[in-house]
Amino acid sequence: MLKTSLEIGTRFVPPRGLRVCLLSLLCAMAALAQNVPPELEKRLADLDKATKAAQMAGDNAWMLTSAALVLMMTGPGLALFYGGLVRRKNVLSTMMHSFILMAVVTMLWAVVGYSIAFAAGTPFFGDLRYLFLRGVGAAPNADYGATIPQTTYMVYQLMFAIITPALISGAFAERMKFSAMLLFTTLWSLIVYFPMAHMVWGKGGLFNASLGGKIPAFDFAGGTVVHITSGVSALICALYLGKRVGYPDESMRPHNLVLSTVGACLLWVGWFGFNAGSAVSAGSLASSAFVATHFGAAAAALGWMFAEWIHLGKPSMLGGISGCVAGLVAITPASGFVQPFPAILIGASAGVVCFLMVTAVKKKFNYDDALDAFGVHGIGGTLGAILTGVFATKEINDVYSGKPMGLIDGNPGQVLNQAAAVGVSWVLAIVGTLIILKVCDLIVGVRASEADELGGLDLSMHGEEGYTLEA
Amino acid sequence: MKKIEAIIQPHKLEDVKEALKSIGVDGMTITEVRGHGRQKGHKEVYRGMEYQVDLLPKVKVELVIADARQDEVLRTLTTAARTGKIGDGKIFVYNVADAIRIRNDDRGDAAL
Repeated sequence: MLKTSLEIGTRFVPPRGLRVCLLSLLCAMAALAQNVPPELEKRLADLDKATKAAQMAGDNAWMLTSAALVLMMTGPGLALFYGGLVRRKNVLSTMMHSFILMAVVTMLWAVVGYSIAFAAGTPFFGDLRYLFLRGVGAAPNADYGATIPQTTYMVYQLMFAIITPALISGAFAERMKFSAMLLFTTLWSLIVYFPMAHMVWGKGGLFNASLGGKIPAFDFAGGTVVHITSGVSALICALYLGKRVGYPDESMRPHNLVLSTVGACLLWVGWFGFNAGSAVSAGSLASSAFVATHFGAAAAALGWMFAEWIHLGKPSMLGGISGCVAGLVAITPASGFVQPFPAILIGASAGVVCFLMVTAVKKKFNYDDALDAFGVHGIGGTLGAILTGVFATKEINDVYSGKPMGLIDGNPGQVLNQAAAVGVSWVLAIVGTLIILKVCDLIVGVRASEADELGGLDLSMHGEEGYTLEA
Repeated sequence: MKKIEAIIQPHKLEDVKEALKSIGVDGMTITEVRGHGRQKGHKEVYRGMEYQVDLLPKVKVELVIADARQDEVLRTLTTAARTGKIGDGKIFVYNVADAIRIRNDDRGDAAL
């Protein structure tokens, strides 16, 4: 009987529950026996090894897939989404903002970024133990993902570091010098993103709820780290750079909403890697985050569309895709903590709030956030971060070991913790971005000349055109 | 020789082509253009920003014909392109000094 089970065990990996039963049964029997045959011990060790390898293979496969999905969000997703929204003379320069960050941030990450964000250190930034990725290899880092190689975790987190500064480009599109954009995003990654990622996700970070943070806040996949930092910085960029020449009197209609629609749909799909991947495993938490993400996006697309239909008379394609992105933003921090119906509530409210933000509020204050990076990411991220404190529940992700998590669980204080994390991200983004812009302005000058802007950045910055009809 | 330049509704292009073909007009040049006459434009709204769009898409049909065919061609064209609503377009008629077939140097009516 015992032998038969062992034989089965070595041929296939039974489900986890069965594995545990089998192992405890074996251990109990082994303990009862006075002399454990060496053959049995070896088989037990082999079984243990095979089980671990199988789990590692499953988790690693999902995490590598997720990393690729998140990269796809930047290029082509965001590049297409933003590229279609600008005028045709700026389509390449806008796509370049997203694309080139896939290269720039990768270099930064390899040298120092991963270490600042994820090495243990102070509550605000990590030390330099992973400088040049030293010691980051096949062995898992149990603090972040006990069942995947640390290399996988490192490259997965890199994709987040890439898309975050790319989101800001929506605010300075059509008028920032390319050299200034490179310098700005480099400094911004170093000063704003890497420290913020450490505070929320790094070991010992100020807000890290599961790894010893002093003010535990929930941010499953980057509401504060990714969307508030980028969205608020975007507002500062829009205010610092000033309006595009001719705004708002001249026509600045999106030149190709077909590109934007394809881009937004790629973002929607890629976001499954962003949020469900943040489970850092292929288990039920990933499934839950996947569902919350999808439900949030769907509800927000409808929320924005109906708000627009009621207020402006027609439901637009641009409204639909803007809504789904707003919903994805808002559900990001909540995705691994909330049930499906709260996810729908979060999404729907983000759709409506962000719609009002980019139409009514932007018009009232008259700033030129060209592609609404602040209205969608800054506001959607803030709303999502706060609502995460309301709807987070231990039924989904028992971070506090059985104690209530969010307001609906009976822990209203969590909303304050969320607000603290939101506040710190806003302040860091505002102060950091202002200083960095000032530095960039002194070194290279941030704004393209009026002649360059009028001629289009594609020609003036890159010497090429997106659409050459005579070719 | 006369040059006929007709600005028509894009959705009428197929009817016009068929009608001209049926009376034996073989050559024409088509261009997608934008413009407006008395027809009012329309409003477009992108994230709450309103734009008045008054240059509307039209199709420009150009053909050169022998003087004798002028009335017949114009009648065919107007009938085929007409919907009876504002925005149907306009036709302009020009005198043409000469025509040359590049392949073999045919000139005048023979080149049409």
